[in-house]
Amino acid sequence: MNPRNVGLIFRKELNAYFNSFIAYAVIAMFLVITGYFFYNLLSTFSMISFQAQANPMMAKQYNLLNINETVIRPLFGSISIVMLLMTPLLTMRLLAEERKSGAMELLLTYPLRDIEVVTGKFLACFTVFMAMLAGTITFPILLLTLGNPEPVPIFTGYLGLLLLGSAFISLGLFTSSLTENQIVAASVSFAILFCFWLMSYSAVFLSPGLGRVIAYLAITEHLESLAKGVIDSTDIIYYFNFTLLFLFLTLRSLESKRWR
Amino acid sequence: MIPPGPQSLVPSHYTGINFKVLKMIEVENLCKSFGPRKAVNGLTFSASKGEILGFLGPNGAGKTTTMRILTCFFPPTSGKAIVAGHDCFENSLEVRKRIGYLPESVPLYREMSVRGYLSFVAGVKGMDHRAVKQGVNRVMSDCGIADVAERLISEISKGYRQRVGLAQALVNDPEVLILDEPTVGLDPRQIRGIRQLIRDLAGERTVILSTHILPEVSMICGRVVIVNQGSLVAVDTPANLTSRLRTSNRMGIWVVGPPQEVQQALAAVHGVKNVQPGEPDPTFPDAHGFTVELDTGTDARRTLPPVIIGHNWDLMELRSLEMSLEEVFIKLVTREDEV
Repeated sequence: MNPRNVGLIFRKELNAYFNSFIAYAVIAMFLVITGYFFYNLLSTFSMISFQAQANPMMAKQYNLLNINETVIRPLFGSISIVMLLMTPLLTMRLLAEERKSGAMELLLTYPLRDIEVVTGKFLACFTVFMAMLAGTITFPILLLTLGNPEPVPIFTGYLGLLLLGSAFISLGLFTSSLTENQIVAASVSFAILFCFWLMSYSAVFLSPGLGRVIAYLAITEHLESLAKGVIDSTDIIYYFNFTLLFLFLTLRSLESKRWR
Repeated sequence: MIPPGPQSLVPSHYTGINFKVLKMIEVENLCKSFGPRKAVNGLTFSASKGEILGFLGPNGAGKTTTMRILTCFFPPTSGKAIVAGHDCFENSLEVRKRIGYLPESVPLYREMSVRGYLSFVAGVKGMDHRAVKQGVNRVMSDCGIADVAERLISEISKGYRQRVGLAQALVNDPEVLILDEPTVGLDPRQIRGIRQLIRDLAGERTVILSTHILPEVSMICGRVVIVNQGSLVAVDTPANLTSRLRTSNRMGIWVVGPPQEVQQALAAVHGVKNVQPGEPDPTFPDAHGFTVELDTGTDARRTLPPVIIGHNWDLMELRSLEMSLEEVFIKLVTREDEV
């Protein structure tokens, strides 16, 4: 793998995101929706705080006055769901658009390895995703200036969101490699992500053995402990494996397209 | 131009040394199937350094498929394709470094500027940073797109886009150029420009281009490969192809005299197969035209005039009728159909 080629693909893709307004539109939508969630969580918290003044016993009992538990942790959960809706919109064009326009024909006849193309595209999309996530940093900064939440869970939470994002993007890249239709690519990746999310709910109804397997596979489950401030190697390895698996499948899918 | 000579003694892919490569493109028994459909079926041809090879055939003949194999877009089902001394399948990265390709649909990144796009291609093709800038400027002036250098590709006209496509194929100064219908969608002046450019490019490079426009082939190509339904029909120079296919000599003859009698007299001459009334010539309005078909080996210039003069008619003109490349093409392709 030649890093220069990866860099060239990366720059070209980044340029495509920001010259075609996709990045601006998705980032804006993302920030509006997450901002709404943040506002809701914060106003609930302030309401509880007011009530706690009248009834200190209740507040103590439910541990509701902890800003980390009441605002930050649910906020990470909400951001992860909005991400689940938004990342397919970022990833759908990555390979499907090239195939549709025929540009893939030229790209594959340049002296580039498939792995350079895939890595460059993945990194470009991840960069846009990081820019999108960077917009949400205003929320914890606001909390840090107004109150005194614990900073460690904020850092680990963001680490979790980055890992989660890379998993979402690699899956989206894979579905984009399967079809030349961007809508199909987006809906398939959305459906698969949704299934991975729903697994955490269905795990409860299954036998303990199978339930544990399903619970392990559930994609947002691994964000929980990171959002609490606990770095568990299981979660990190899960996200790494998820990302690598789908990047690998993308490579295979590109290769198999050549044989048809 | 090196004439199409015998095969080099040592196959180039064994030596691996470029200056020994006489054949820049070698295609041997190439087959490509899409499911049950055979797009290319046992194609064999080659092209030497500096040659412009025309690729001719009706729609769906397998031209684009062959070009896609040569550019390593997909591998052949069976057979061998060697470009610039490297196998397209075994060593595709080396082949791809040495070719420039212009696909038929000219797919470009619409959201990039012309200069940005060409710089990207130059970089991807392995040119170093300083060479990129120089190469892009050179190729932009060669292709006449320097005036749109900073515009977005989505904003420029089809003619400009076609030339940007050609520029991206040329930017790294490749040894082999593969052009799929390079003059489609251009106005006549631009077509002339592109043809001249392609002619200028040869000499150093090997060019293989497919086209529908038959005069284009005789104008710029040293040799023509005619394919039909995935198989080779003929490979030769345009001139040889026309003369080789003259299975019978056709002569045009213009005579002042009674048409029926002239026709009978001509038909009676030894070696004449057939006489048809031909087009009248506006230069001699009183003369009647006839198309005479002769057996090969007979020279009508020797046998026909005495007959006319013997009857006391006026012989106004006698000339051989060449078959145009178009007629050759149609003849070859239809003959193949009948088999």
